[in-house]
Amino acid sequence: MSKLSYAYYPGCSGQGTSMEYEMSTRALCEALDIDLKEIPDWSCCGSTPAHACDHVLSAALSGRNLGLAADMGEDCVLTPCPSCLTNLKNAGQHMSGSEEFKEKVNKLLDEPIGEIPDVKSVLQILFEDLGPKGVKEKVIKPLSGLKVVTYYGCILTRPPKLMEFDSEENPISMDRLMEAAGAKVLPFPLKTECCGASHGVARKDLVMKLSGKLLDMAEQLGADAVVTACPLCQMNLDLRQGQVNSANKTSHKLPVFYYTQLLGWALGLPQAQLGLDKLCVNPMPALRGIGKKEDAA
Amino acid sequence: MKIGVFVCHCGSNIEGTVDTKTVAEASLDFPEVTFATDTMYACSEPGQDGIIEAIEEHKLDGVVVASCTPRMHEPTFRKTLERAGLNPYMFEMANIREHVSWIGKDREANTNKAADLVRIAVEKLRRNQPLTPKEFDINRRVLVIGGGVAGIQAALDCAEAGLEVVMVERESTIGGKMAKLDKTFPTVDCSSCILGPRMVEIAQHPNITLYAYSEVESVSGYVGNFEVQVKKKATYVDWAKCTGCGECVEKCPSRKAPDPFNELLAPGRAINIPFPQAIPKKAYIQAEHCIKLTKDKCGNCAKVCPSDAINFEAKDEIITEEVGGIIAATGYDLFDWTVYEEYGGGRYPDVVTSLQYERMLSASGPTGGHVKRPSDGKEPKKVVFIQCVGSRDKSVGRPYCSGFCCMYTAKQAILTKDHIPDSESYVFYMDIRAPGKLYDEFTRRAMEEYGAQYIRGRVGMVYPDGEGQLVVRGADTLMGTQVEVKADLVVLAVGAEAAKNSPQLAEKLRISYDAYGFFMEGHPKLKPVETNTAGVYLAGACQGAKDIPASVGQGSAAAAKVIGLFSKEKLKSDPQTALVDIKRCIGCGKCAETCPFGAINMTEFRGQPKAEVLETVCQGCGLCAATCPQGAVQLKHFTDNQILAEVEALCRF
Amino acid sequence: MQTVNLTDTIDRSFMEKVMEESEQNLSLCYQCGNCTASCPYTFGFDIPVSRVMRLMQTGQKKAVLTSSSIWLCASCTSCTTRCPNNIDVARVMDVLRHVARREGFVKERRVKAFFDSFLDSVRKHGRVFEIGLMVDYVRKTGRFWTDMDLGPKMLPKGKMSLTPHRIKGKDAIARIFKRFEEENR
Repeated sequence: MSKLSYAYYPGCSGQGTSMEYEMSTRALCEALDIDLKEIPDWSCCGSTPAHACDHVLSAALSGRNLGLAADMGEDCVLTPCPSCLTNLKNAGQHMSGSEEFKEKVNKLLDEPIGEIPDVKSVLQILFEDLGPKGVKEKVIKPLSGLKVVTYYGCILTRPPKLMEFDSEENPISMDRLMEAAGAKVLPFPLKTECCGASHGVARKDLVMKLSGKLLDMAEQLGADAVVTACPLCQMNLDLRQGQVNSANKTSHKLPVFYYTQLLGWALGLPQAQLGLDKLCVNPMPALRGIGKKEDAA
Repeated sequence: MKIGVFVCHCGSNIEGTVDTKTVAEASLDFPEVTFATDTMYACSEPGQDGIIEAIEEHKLDGVVVASCTPRMHEPTFRKTLERAGLNPYMFEMANIREHVSWIGKDREANTNKAADLVRIAVEKLRRNQPLTPKEFDINRRVLVIGGGVAGIQAALDCAEAGLEVVMVERESTIGGKMAKLDKTFPTVDCSSCILGPRMVEIAQHPNITLYAYSEVESVSGYVGNFEVQVKKKATYVDWAKCTGCGECVEKCPSRKAPDPFNELLAPGRAINIPFPQAIPKKAYIQAEHCIKLTKDKCGNCAKVCPSDAINFEAKDEIITEEVGGIIAATGYDLFDWTVYEEYGGGRYPDVVTSLQYERMLSASGPTGGHVKRPSDGKEPKKVVFIQCVGSRDKSVGRPYCSGFCCMYTAKQAILTKDHIPDSESYVFYMDIRAPGKLYDEFTRRAMEEYGAQYIRGRVGMVYPDGEGQLVVRGADTLMGTQVEVKADLVVLAVGAEAAKNSPQLAEKLRISYDAYGFFMEGHPKLKPVETNTAGVYLAGACQGAKDIPASVGQGSAAAAKVIGLFSKEKLKSDPQTALVDIKRCIGCGKCAETCPFGAINMTEFRGQPKAEVLETVCQGCGLCAATCPQGAVQLKHFTDNQILAEVEALCRF
Repeated sequence: MQTVNLTDTIDRSFMEKVMEESEQNLSLCYQCGNCTASCPYTFGFDIPVSRVMRLMQTGQKKAVLTSSSIWLCASCTSCTTRCPNNIDVARVMDVLRHVARREGFVKERRVKAFFDSFLDSVRKHGRVFEIGLMVDYVRKTGRFWTDMDLGPKMLPKGKMSLTPHRIKGKDAIARIFKRFEEENR
């Protein structure tokens, strides 16, 4: 198989609050022979605040990056972050669908956009192009005995007409990849239920309730860990887990991984590359349990 | 030729946007038109009398009526001409209603267009020849496709009227969906108690031949003389010998076969008799699950069968039946609800369909009529019904209302209380559709007497709470908020869709079907059980979702149509058939190959091969005329010359 | 409760504007409530989303634009995903925020302040500068205690940069915002 190669859009949070996602994504892709070519001088996609303010502004902020990717000669942009994915895809789809809209966007940009590249999540490429089988072949430290729930968040596969990936109600891509890595995936019924998204700062109460519900359900199912694919979800469940516990009078201590970290672990990548030390809830007890429970049983 | 033109007002339907008087005046300038007038309602009795008077007074020998669609009134006016002593085929219609007045508002443009359409009709009529229909015999036997309640009603009505009936049923028993139901609304009478005797009548009626586990393979011929190939699928049981004792079913070790009659609620056996009242009560083997047929082992059934009826060598069989009329009564199927991933998509055992719930309620069902949840066999105390699953939902391609779900859900809520007195039922609905006799009262009873909680809103998601119950999260739009109910069992009121392979059957029958696969009736109001193919009729849910009373009504209606058809001494063929100009025909045979009705024979004339049209078989579709490389085949009244004359009339500048 | 005088209050130009900007036909909504049923935020809304849709159908501009719901909607698209009539409800909510912002209706000041701080950060640096964003938000709202507890968790892990990431094109980003303001003046 020829080497897979894509333009890569890391997203702002990868430089800060989700740096472990960024590190582990890069490490994993390198190990799987996927070439991520970072878009030079990429800028913020605008995220929710931009599309909540204006659709043309939002498309322009995202569009600048699509233009830069097209200048690289790439026809597909990968991003690990679902929020970036939504914005980049929305911008692309609307500009492709309406010349009038595209013109409005171009009016805001220094360089008008010509060709509009495709945008996909890193997860989609791993699942569709490499496949669970391709991942399984490279697993050297299977996650046997690790019981996980996969949490996709609300916008990784929704709305289906925009995302065109996996199932909008019961996505299975991460499940299959986790199973390929040897983990046991528990049937989590709230895979796409919102965690509270960006309301952590302004309306923490909303996040406490929504993320609390997710953690309660994961705990009840007997999960050792939650696996995520979204910086915002991961932050709400991991960094804010203490806040959730005090708000809801619970005592969760559930590690919340990025799926890239666990896949990297199964592939035997060095811990330092996976940023496990960046997680707030200590993941080591769960990771040390790998392989042991099965032996006991 | 002297042509008369009659321009109809159709009340204000045409006159509202077309100046009919001006159209009539303009018509007088068209060739051979010697009389023209406008008329209030051409189809009314005075209207027709006016045409007859004009024919006599002005010695007309052809008539053009400019009014509505020929689908409706061409037969009417042909009869008018006949009464006036003219050949009924010296008549043409210009449709200035559907094609003009209803689609445009510009009176002047409409008037001009209407005049053009009359001009076209006149040019065609000038080239018409008097035609005489041929008469042919009727085979007074009728085929009923589908043995559900609609087909049963149709078959029995026909048989009682003395007709020979052939019934073809896809499953191994007749009874259809109704046989699976526990009780029926709004009377809550036992479904199998009222249907069972009718099924027995089918089996016992001397005029009825039943082919169960069979399908219609192909249909040829035409009204009065159809030839039907029926495929009798191999059952691997000689039904002449099988007594339906059930010994074989008892001893069958293949216990994971599907049990379609019980809606896959519980596994069945590879050899099976669907239910105790099955008609015919005969065993059949599901080949792909039979150990003998797949692995050449076992053969238990053959060993225990007291009448030596098992035959593993059986093959599908094709039988030919000749009939004069056909009634399609193929019913419906349930929408594949598993596309609703938000309701579990089939992953949660305690989310069942309404039809599965009927089997749970039924004494002949796998739980013996005790309601038990599939997951753990416990009796549910809180049952949530979700309506409109696969109905009124554009996002799954089912925008239509299935019509009967509101009613059966009310019935199931009532029965739930009867079965489990300390249970509570919740019904999520959008609108209650209960327009039948005693229907609304029935849904009220579910609420008022049986305490069913009706909640107005759709359900967004169903998920297990991890403690053995299901969380149903919906909306109560009347209360104006989100609501959650913890349920032990969730019943989905799954909507109806066209029976599997309906389009394929429609094509065999040469009838139309809609975008969803339901068969099209001849006219939405006036021909509800007819189709656009003569001799083929519809009954029941194959035409669109309907409940038992409506299906039975249609069964009788379709039977009446067949009885009416067969009451004629002979049938008349439409004389607008194809005609071969023997001088031009080169005998290539392309027309015979292309004719979908087998209406063209190749013969010899003075040693040359020539095509010949069988007038009573020809349906006048014109395929042969379009195919003939010599222009030797012409369709009477649609000849090349006529069509060219029409085009020239339109493009005269 | 008050009687709503539909004759006087129905604001058709508002309805048309929202339909045009969102490219959604509001008359497709038959009020099944699936959006409300699916919305994870209903518990925090003052008007559930299906009623927002209903108020839109009856042109009740003020009731819609003064709601907090339109600001609390997180665009999770549950409504859009499950709408049986294929209405992109989340997009309608987005457009309602746009209109509310333009016309000065802001029920949830903190949510808007967060959005504004975020966009200011992007405008200034080209990429989001997380600590700067938080400082700006605190300045805008006076809520100095916001997420103070998280600092000690993040800083030692080196997850939050104390200085913004500088990109070459940051002026290009500022120009996008400037042109946007000019276009919408």
